[in-house]
Amino acid sequence: MREKVKFLSGLISVLAIVALIAGCAGPSSTPSASSPTASTSASPSASPTQAKEIVIGVVAPLTGEAATFGKSTQQGAQLAADEWNAKGGLLGAKIRLVVSDDKGDPTEAAAAFTREIEQDKVVAIVGTVMSKCSLAGAPICQAHKIPMISPTSTNPKVTEVGDYIFRACFIDPFQGTVGAKFAYDNLGVRKAACIFDVGNDYTKGLSEYFRDKFKELGGEIVGFEAHPTGTTDFNAQLTKIISAGPELIYISDYYNDAGLIMKQARALGFKGYFLGGDGWDSPDLVKIGGDAVEGGFFTNHFSKDDPRPEVQNLVKAYTAKFGEPPDALAALAYDAANLMFDAIQRAGSTDGTAIRDALKTTNFKAVSGQITFDQNRNPVKAAVIIEMKNGQQVYKATVQP
Amino acid sequence: MDLSAVFNFQQLVNGLQLGAIYALIALGYTMVYGIIRLINFAHGDFYMIGAYSVYFFGIYFLTAHTGINPILVFIMAIIISMAAGALIAVLANQIAYKPLRYRPRLSALITAVGVSMFLEYFFSSLPFIGPSYLAFPNDAIIPRTEYLLGGVHLNNYQIIDLGVAILLMGFLTWFVRGTMTGKAMRAVSLDKDASKLMGIDIEKIIMITFLIGGAFAGVAGLLAGITYPRINPYMGILPGLKAFVAAVLGGIGIIPGAMLGAFLLGIAEVFATSFNSLLGEGIAFAILILVLIFRPQGLLGEKTAEKV
Repeated sequence: MREKVKFLSGLISVLAIVALIAGCAGPSSTPSASSPTASTSASPSASPTQAKEIVIGVVAPLTGEAATFGKSTQQGAQLAADEWNAKGGLLGAKIRLVVSDDKGDPTEAAAAFTREIEQDKVVAIVGTVMSKCSLAGAPICQAHKIPMISPTSTNPKVTEVGDYIFRACFIDPFQGTVGAKFAYDNLGVRKAACIFDVGNDYTKGLSEYFRDKFKELGGEIVGFEAHPTGTTDFNAQLTKIISAGPELIYISDYYNDAGLIMKQARALGFKGYFLGGDGWDSPDLVKIGGDAVEGGFFTNHFSKDDPRPEVQNLVKAYTAKFGEPPDALAALAYDAANLMFDAIQRAGSTDGTAIRDALKTTNFKAVSGQITFDQNRNPVKAAVIIEMKNGQQVYKATVQP
Repeated sequence: MDLSAVFNFQQLVNGLQLGAIYALIALGYTMVYGIIRLINFAHGDFYMIGAYSVYFFGIYFLTAHTGINPILVFIMAIIISMAAGALIAVLANQIAYKPLRYRPRLSALITAVGVSMFLEYFFSSLPFIGPSYLAFPNDAIIPRTEYLLGGVHLNNYQIIDLGVAILLMGFLTWFVRGTMTGKAMRAVSLDKDASKLMGIDIEKIIMITFLIGGAFAGVAGLLAGITYPRINPYMGILPGLKAFVAAVLGGIGIIPGAMLGAFLLGIAEVFATSFNSLLGEGIAFAILILVLIFRPQGLLGEKTAEKV
């Protein structure tokens, strides 16, 4: 008993010490996180003679679970800034990026946004990657009247925070609209059916938007079947769908469900097209679906094989600078930064409200398509269609909304 | 609504396929219950382990040794899945259930839930398994062939599932009724203490029960992996629950009852799903409630009066 008490009190004192150290380390780690950003160039107060500069904030998860996303985002934004600076800068001033790490954590994101606005005095922010982090940062930008463009946060709520918040990617359901257009115009399909996971807003939204747009175009939806999350046997739904004779099945599920569905649909004798969204974008799609995936199409944000000059110029410049081809995150960050710089140029000022008003009237030729913003500050732009050929993703077409 | 899309032969085949998978799980479930009166919630996880054992066999052994006779490959896969399921079932019995043998039945039941969760989360924490879906190498184990018979699409997986389910039911019925070990099993299920007095090593009998039950779950996992080639550590939860419902529907502890219940459930689920795609999942549990209200002993069960 005595031993036990001793052990317990020892344990408690160790815990207390650990807590103390952690408590001290907490605040001191904050400045150290921002120090690399300060070292990228001399601080403004120390160099009054230096040429004028415009400070733009970038927030991205440089460490943590989405670290690769953060790296691509930082590199995409950096490339855009370097290109503008090489062409003489913005409003006669050099662009300086202040990059902060949100670690994929909303609390860290809120701190990073606050620090960039209050200490670094940024005029606008490009960021951040994850929707949950953007949702933490957006109210801060809105309150300080600092325009923000998230490159990749797809949650519709992000831009609903306020009129200073924009995004460079299309929101999820929009892919359904583009898919319907591709099916109707490019594939010439007139009868389609949908299958989706009823427990997932992403797949449900895609299918609903597909249905609405396809009907609006004059097509017929002959089946609209849900399945619960975690289903492995889709035969009942598929048999019903196939008996209605669709030429195309729209499968908005993620790759693992989509692979099984395609396999089972082919086994039930379906001969038509398959079409899906960016949830298919995984090598496991082919592993699970096998031959059934062959010839399937899906919508995505970006393809590095897209022959448009904007895309190929980015691929060339990015590969030369960073030694790897850009992924969708890098392309969207590049677009987001360019949209912001373009708006500042047109506004002729670094005033937040002026930039916001300029952003609203954006009509910019970006890598991911000609971009304008709708009334909810979501981009209206093209999506790319990827075809599965020999188990590989191949660029098929670009579809305007 | 066009009912010909709901009630047709293709949907019946779909229902039989689903029922066969439920039957494979339900047989082991009902046997373990019949002998030791334990609802072994971890049974669905033994099934998951059977699937994973063949997954690793497929991706490590078969990719390194190509050109083996396909029938031999299938037999090896069956043996591996059965061995893995049996091993984990015997371990679960020895470690978790044995110490609770003479405790209230509720303790063993809660422990079964614990064993089930332990296996799910332990496996999903292993770096080479992980919580996400893995693609099951089904074509490497049995190449798929499809048939078209009078407008109905069939494949060899469905025939194998159905064949194995019937074979295992036959074996189990013979084993429990026709062998000395089976006789001992029935004796243990009737009265543990009296069996002991008659010189039966009841721990050995219970171990054999788990061995067979686990092996059945393992082979069910293999066939599910082949039929629906996508596995994850939680794949056993829902089929396990539905197999339990099937066992109760047929009369828990009765071997042909599990088979009947599983096929009825599979067919009912497919028809309900094709009628309204959200109805299907609930139908299994609606059936459970109805059976418990109107025929608690199950379709093939006999009403037994509790002795006071």
